[in-house]
Amino acid sequence: MNAPLPLDRRAAKPSQRIKSATGDWEMVIGLEVHAQVNSNSKLFSGASTHFGNAPNSNVSLVDAAMPGMLPVINVECVKQAIRTGLGLKAQINRRSVFDRKNYFYPDLPQGYQISQYKSPIVGEGEILIDMPDETITIGIERLHLEQDAGKSIHDLSPSFSYVDLNRSGVALMEIVSRPDLRSADEAKAYVSKLRTILRYLGTCDGDMEKGNLRADVNVSVRRPGAPFGTRCEIKNVNSIRFIGQAIEYEARRQIGILEDGGEIIQETRLFDHGKGETRSMRSKEEAHDYRYFPDPDLLPLEFSAEFVEELKSHLPELPDEKKARFIEQYGVTPYDAMVLTLERESADFFEAVARGRDAKIAANWVINELFGRLNKEGLEVTASPMSADQLGGIVDLIKDGTISGKLAKDLFEIVWAEGGNPREIVEARGMKQVTDTGAIEAACDAVIAANPDKVEQVKVKPTMLGWFVGQVMKQTGGKASPPAVNEILKAKLGIE
Amino acid sequence: MSVDSATIVRVAHLARIAVAPEEVARLEAEFNSMLGFVEQLSGLDVSDVEPMTSVRPMQMKMREDVVTDGGYPARIVANAPASEDDFFVVPKVVE
Repeated sequence: MNAPLPLDRRAAKPSQRIKSATGDWEMVIGLEVHAQVNSNSKLFSGASTHFGNAPNSNVSLVDAAMPGMLPVINVECVKQAIRTGLGLKAQINRRSVFDRKNYFYPDLPQGYQISQYKSPIVGEGEILIDMPDETITIGIERLHLEQDAGKSIHDLSPSFSYVDLNRSGVALMEIVSRPDLRSADEAKAYVSKLRTILRYLGTCDGDMEKGNLRADVNVSVRRPGAPFGTRCEIKNVNSIRFIGQAIEYEARRQIGILEDGGEIIQETRLFDHGKGETRSMRSKEEAHDYRYFPDPDLLPLEFSAEFVEELKSHLPELPDEKKARFIEQYGVTPYDAMVLTLERESADFFEAVARGRDAKIAANWVINELFGRLNKEGLEVTASPMSADQLGGIVDLIKDGTISGKLAKDLFEIVWAEGGNPREIVEARGMKQVTDTGAIEAACDAVIAANPDKVEQVKVKPTMLGWFVGQVMKQTGGKASPPAVNEILKAKLGIE
Repeated sequence: MSVDSATIVRVAHLARIAVAPEEVARLEAEFNSMLGFVEQLSGLDVSDVEPMTSVRPMQMKMREDVVTDGGYPARIVANAPASEDDFFVVPKVVE
């Protein structure tokens, strides 16, 4: 057993503090992320997890909590939780226990949620997060498996709620961070990184719009150096941007109360993204007595060390490892490596472009041109109209000097819109960069002959050279090699 | 261990069971009688005994990740006091 880590192990940097007339404050944030497990069927039943099916069609008699129905655990959900634990460099508990968490709500037909309380499947781990000026380590306290509830729809009728149990019993991983986060930006970066890791592992698709990844956000404030203050929990925030907004609002609300001499009451709050504020869910207060006890329908969850080793041996390369390898193998900057490894598919695309080519040019074109364009058009890299081979072809043409950067951008547009082989397009449309010095010299001579006044000026003002380069490029239809034009003009005009 | 009348009222509320005020005293006496009976167990020394999780020593059965069930919404809502388009219809529960 490891000694428990101290709970309070990070201080906010002065730049992260909230300035106030009465002195500085700092935020203390911990997150409980609910991630839907990627699986075909539910945690304890054989009903489908497919999103968007007709109401109550993904429901078995187990999920509807009909009398006499017994849960049988889905081995894939267990594997997914272990894989996630391994990806978080966490302790895997080869024996864990399912408990009943009791509460009443119309979308919870059992009257309890099967969850893990005292003995979770995964214990302590950590996540490394790249912030603009440093890499921080955020502790993971635990990960446990539990059932999702059904869905209540309130806007179909003025006086009734409609309940759909399709989600009821779908497996969730609740991933609990330590209270190590000290700003909204850190919290947002934490969720992004966690999402990236889950997507790499394939254990959760991270789709926040579908509610497949959502967070409960615990926020408190304190004076620098003081012990933790009383926290409030903001439930079910379902976008990274809202997580940031909810934290900023909640910290300032608490500071306002404390500065007026008031006290923070520990409570559950909701984030209203329309109004950008959090508000109390008073009626839920009493529901906090969950009366956990071990589920008598389920034996303890036990598996062997070999079971874990087998999963470990098939784990994919994770974002931190991939990033380090990209820096080492391709010589890209740490920032570029981070951008390239945000999604596994993006990293694969880059590697397909970079393989056997100039990796720095490849990184530049993948990040700035391709990702920029995909972003603008709202496309995923997997839906890119340009293949890695095509972009690689453009990179080759830049590298061997066939086309200039300017022509390459034109070529990118053509390939993006029309497809085709870049080298054939360049041949067919005469887009080749003119490196034939004879042709460039002729163009330079023509420009010099036509502009005797400018020739006089450039002799006293060498920065005028740029104007000449521009004229020559215009004459050659943008096909002249700019470095060659520069050289020749300098020689002809007698400029150093 | 014993409980007071406030605890009886709270437990009844958590279990969503209607308990009339005049019933509380009787329930309190019954609860305490049962708790007193169970209390005998705390006289035993179980410091060396693993908590029993099953009558027989066996591993939990696991299921493959295959869709084998569902697809019968009409059966799911068949017993509901109110339903519409295969949804359960319940009194408004939004805040």
